[in-house]
Amino acid sequence: MMLTGAQIITEVLIDEGIDKVFGYPGGAVLNIYDALYKSSDRIRHYITSHEQGAAHSADGYARATGRTGVVIATSGPGATNLVTGIATAYLDSSPVLAITGNVGQPLIGKDSFQEVDIIGITMPITKHNYMVKDVTKLADTVREGLMIAASGRPGPVLIDVPKDIQTALCEYTPRQKPVRPAKILKKAAEADLERAAELIVKAQRPFIYAGGGVVIANAAPQLLEFADLIDAPIGLSMMGLSAVPADHPKNLGMTGMHGKFAASKVMSKSDLIIAVGIRFSDRATGSKPEFVRGRRVLHIDIDPAEIGKNIPAYVAVLGDVGDVLSRLNTRLTKQTRLEWEEEINGIRHCPDSRLEMQKGKLTPQAIIEEVRSRAEDDAVIATDVGQHQMWVSQYYRFSAPRTLVTSGGLGTMGFGMGAAIGACIGNNKKRTVLFTGDGSFHMNLNETATAVSNNLPLIVIIMNNNALGMVRQWQTMFFDKRYSNTTLNRKTDFVKLAEAFGAGGYRINNIGELDGVLGKAFGAAGPVIIDAVIDSDEMVLPMIPPGGTINDIILRG
Amino acid sequence: MNGNMNGNTDETTAKKTKFILCLLVRNESGVLTRISGLFARRAFNIDSLSVGETENPLISRITISAFGDEYIREQIIKQLSKLHDVLTIELMDPEKTVLRELLLLKLHVKKGEQNEIMQAASVFRAKIVDLSQSAMILELTGDTPKINAFIEFLVPYGITELCRTGITAVGRGNYILKNIEEENEDGTDVL
Repeated sequence: MMLTGAQIITEVLIDEGIDKVFGYPGGAVLNIYDALYKSSDRIRHYITSHEQGAAHSADGYARATGRTGVVIATSGPGATNLVTGIATAYLDSSPVLAITGNVGQPLIGKDSFQEVDIIGITMPITKHNYMVKDVTKLADTVREGLMIAASGRPGPVLIDVPKDIQTALCEYTPRQKPVRPAKILKKAAEADLERAAELIVKAQRPFIYAGGGVVIANAAPQLLEFADLIDAPIGLSMMGLSAVPADHPKNLGMTGMHGKFAASKVMSKSDLIIAVGIRFSDRATGSKPEFVRGRRVLHIDIDPAEIGKNIPAYVAVLGDVGDVLSRLNTRLTKQTRLEWEEEINGIRHCPDSRLEMQKGKLTPQAIIEEVRSRAEDDAVIATDVGQHQMWVSQYYRFSAPRTLVTSGGLGTMGFGMGAAIGACIGNNKKRTVLFTGDGSFHMNLNETATAVSNNLPLIVIIMNNNALGMVRQWQTMFFDKRYSNTTLNRKTDFVKLAEAFGAGGYRINNIGELDGVLGKAFGAAGPVIIDAVIDSDEMVLPMIPPGGTINDIILRG
Repeated sequence: MNGNMNGNTDETTAKKTKFILCLLVRNESGVLTRISGLFARRAFNIDSLSVGETENPLISRITISAFGDEYIREQIIKQLSKLHDVLTIELMDPEKTVLRELLLLKLHVKKGEQNEIMQAASVFRAKIVDLSQSAMILELTGDTPKINAFIEFLVPYGITELCRTGITAVGRGNYILKNIEEENEDGTDVL
């Protein structure tokens, strides 16, 4: 069957099971949009307000569903607008395929209208990228791109398609056999598993430290079985938060800069850290020498380059964490560590572990707990970046994997709207909640239009402290309260703004209004924006200052 | 895996040395940018890089000379291995590797110095590939210390142009740099 390059792109996407794509049309992708128009019964395109929003949507879709998110943008500014979204996906290992148009090959290198070297620009923030220069290679390139994005440690891939390739005709044959993985990942070696098992059995005070890799690998059941088997507590990185139910008896919660006191304290008492799907970010470890002093690290991960990159591993097991854990589970017999359990319980119940926010006031904790009581267990909770993100990480009691969609590695303010939209669409328009701040929301609030156009049941809760709260917090703590450019004093009326976009808008000024407004929001069919006014001086605590240890922890403001 | 490939950076292993990597890569446009860009953004130092097509036009071979401690060496290898276009990467054992570099060097030759230079060239087994009344081009192949010694000797005569290709390397004996992709064709133990 003879097809144009543009038709080949949509055919391959459909063939590989992609039925939803995000994007924004433009001059260099007119042909792709024409092909999408003709195939609209088999593949649905969601237009956003801005390409950045589309990139975050594809990412949010991928995080919430585990399936690869696809985003399409035109050349030049369309392509550069994807960059923040691609980098966000790269840092958090999210499978995203970006397809960009480019000017025709005769115009490449001539600084033509809307021409940019997007391959050069995205090289350091993609797993791989391609410029297709031969239409006969287009189908296989798209297939390979999808495979690279989703295989091994997932991540973004970009395919740049010049306009003449989109219009060129080529014989198209559906794929006959599966595309081979780009990099062959071998199963973990028996000898490594043996060494790991030995280390675990010998440990007196093991601590399981689980991260985003557990969520990505869908390895939560294996992890819980493992924790019960070896009788060890679990601490989570922010990216790993949804992997283990918050009320699981072994779960101590988040560790790291804004982690729970008990989780960080127990970790510091351990003699073996079993790191599963973890990359030891500086925000998670604090001081690296202190992190490993007096303890060994067993590192289980799919990416060989993570072994020893930030923290030296005493023993490493390379492989899919689900496969590694289930094979370890069959090797291990039930262990009990009564002394360790007693010590952990002591830490869990000490006064420093029981910090709560003020009662009777519209605090972030009160808002989050009220939302939790209304949201379903598998509802996706998206966040932007800043204080509200940390409060959600600390107080929201997650109970199912992939329910937290947040920008961890890159810390992208403005991520939330696009990501929440993508997650909501990916879950067939299931009710989704976005927690954001007045700073983050201002960055990409244009995507409210996308939520309204698609009538998404999205609840946006702006924790409005009239400030760039996290930066302000650092200014309070480390810059002698010199609030440079963090007191916003903006006059934006978020309720009117919501209404102007066609969304529902509510304001909550005090705790008495919380229940009623959330009741309306959770009953709404379409998007609702809630302006929740909180105190500017509200801080994220506890906090371990950058490069610090549990001994430096700041518990109270 | 454990021991020295797990990022132990205690004092005994933190010694910085020069090391040689041989790579087989897909002969695609941009592959050199991917490799040199990776060195730049991860703050790895690169001493030299030489590249050329192999007997298979789809595959190029790259020799990289770099500098760093064991941690850097390990990270460079692992990060390069992740690149889609990198098919094979091998840290070469200096004892079991033939290393060569090509030098082309132009000298301003004053009257009466010609013989001295020619004698030196014959000691180093360099070739004179161009000669005029006032200039001379010398060609020398060898390992890095030999080339450095030759350059050092010629500095007082007035070097006007100098270029060297960077190191290129091949393992001794029956050792062959294999394309890992072909090795994995059988698909055993694959996830």
